[in-house]
Amino acid sequence: MTETKTPERAQPEAITAVPVRHPGRWVAIVVLAVVAAMFVHMLVTNDAFQWRFMFDNMFRPPVIEGVRTTLLMTVLAMIIGVGLGVVIAMMRLSPNPILSGAAWLYTWFFRAVPRVVLLVLFGNLGILYGRYELGLPFDRQLGDLFGIDLDARFFGLDARTILTGFMAGLLGLALSEAAYMAEIVRAGMKAVDPGQQEAAHALGMARGPTLRRIVLPQAMRVIVPPTGNETIAMLKDTSLLAFVPVTNELFFQLQAIGARTFQVFPMLVAACLWYLALTSVLMVGQFYIERYFSKGFGSGPARARAQAESVGHGH
Amino acid sequence: MATDLGGGAATTSGGDGTPMVKAEAVHKRFGHLEVLKGIDMEVLPGQVVVLLGASGSGKSTFLRCINHLEKINAGRLWVDGHLVGYRQEGDKLYELKEKEISKSRAEIGMVFQRFNLFPHMTAIENICEAPCQVRKVPKDAARERARKLLDQVGLAEKADVYPAQLSGGQQQRVAIARALAMDPKLMLFDEPTSALDPELVGDVLEAMKQLARNGMTMIVVTHEMGFAREVGDQVVFMDQGVVVEKGEPAEVFTNPRHERTKAFLSRIL
Repeated sequence: MTETKTPERAQPEAITAVPVRHPGRWVAIVVLAVVAAMFVHMLVTNDAFQWRFMFDNMFRPPVIEGVRTTLLMTVLAMIIGVGLGVVIAMMRLSPNPILSGAAWLYTWFFRAVPRVVLLVLFGNLGILYGRYELGLPFDRQLGDLFGIDLDARFFGLDARTILTGFMAGLLGLALSEAAYMAEIVRAGMKAVDPGQQEAAHALGMARGPTLRRIVLPQAMRVIVPPTGNETIAMLKDTSLLAFVPVTNELFFQLQAIGARTFQVFPMLVAACLWYLALTSVLMVGQFYIERYFSKGFGSGPARARAQAESVGHGH
Repeated sequence: MATDLGGGAATTSGGDGTPMVKAEAVHKRFGHLEVLKGIDMEVLPGQVVVLLGASGSGKSTFLRCINHLEKINAGRLWVDGHLVGYRQEGDKLYELKEKEISKSRAEIGMVFQRFNLFPHMTAIENICEAPCQVRKVPKDAARERARKLLDQVGLAEKADVYPAQLSGGQQQRVAIARALAMDPKLMLFDEPTSALDPELVGDVLEAMKQLARNGMTMIVVTHEMGFAREVGDQVVFMDQGVVVEKGEPAEVFTNPRHERTKAFLSRIL
């Protein structure tokens, strides 16, 4: 074959066609605009909203303190929940039937009991024992059995000292979260190609390092999005702490102001605005974490893709 | 190419006569399905043995038994004189602990049909992972070695690239380098070119030939007859869980003695 140099062809004219019309879109715009206008009109004209009063009160020190407690509780409950959840998921997938059975039992219990009930229960644990002590198990029973006065307690605290509202609430939220996280982590690990584990085993890596280095990092891609949802749900569920009760938490504080001043509704709107703002911040964080754990997946240079994404979302 | 490929395995028929792999009446069942029905085989150090057979004949299963990815149900299997997965004291067999199994697996390299590279690690991280985690090789030394291995499989410039950005053939060559990083005394290849586009097969086979020339003991499950003929010291033809025929490639290919071998070869050649 002879290769002849093709002559430079003229660039064809760019297409200018009449675009397809979308009358349905215009109808939708009009309908939505009317609904939006009605909504705004209501916000402005209805005196029950008491906007001035709301803005004056939604940043008062006790409310800000409540925001701090809510955030701290969310973070701590999620840290404990995720950590414990990973452990329970690993137990569940373990070949040891005792471990996997115990993990199943845990998940079953904490998923079956509603969070509110759990929180009230933990808030009332002080009824069970007035004092919590660390020592040999069944020491007094054993002592009775052998007819000696055995009392092997090393360390004890009053229920009121350790089971403060905050601790009880944290325990309730974290333990129940761990059950959900365990299921999410388990699903994530099962989503990893079994060939990955096989390749790691074939290289001489034992079960532990294989999970930690190979399976979990890949499972993270599947685990992170639902964990973000869980974090947002957790932030909202801190409002249930009022049942423990935890009094320095956001929703409790806003409601207290509403009840004291007989302006219930504005404070409920303030609660909506606070939770909206807080969850929006969390969603931004979620975006960056998801991007980090998707490295190595999909085609194209990872860094260039990440940059393209950040440009795309950065407006 | 450097000469440290192959780990200095002895040439054909090793000095002390211990076979690298020895199988005696190996049986393997999956539920009621008997996949291996008594395999006998001997692979000497430095030999390249090619396993042939239709799909479902048990070749891959047998390969996976050799590094204990599958447990055998009956028979005995030795690698380098050691029983695979068990310890024998008198007449009694004791299951090995996970740690001991991992240790013996570390000395056997395996290359998979679907590559199974770790997608969240770059090529060089894939290669360094096992030496650093299992052998506790310092990171710098491992990376230096990994670069050499990548160079040997012709992928020096792809060190910092993720598997998803590599072609199938390049991924498979990284996988070979990853297995070699553990200095294995035996390499198992499970249909290493079956998932590749035809034009990418050649590079992978070339890397394997290089390895064979350097004296590596290899067991290769493949449908590449050209490779079997050129590199194989012995071909073993399996059908329905038994070894039907074995011998030198030239002999088996030109003069198959069994009907089933003939039928298989006429379909594939």
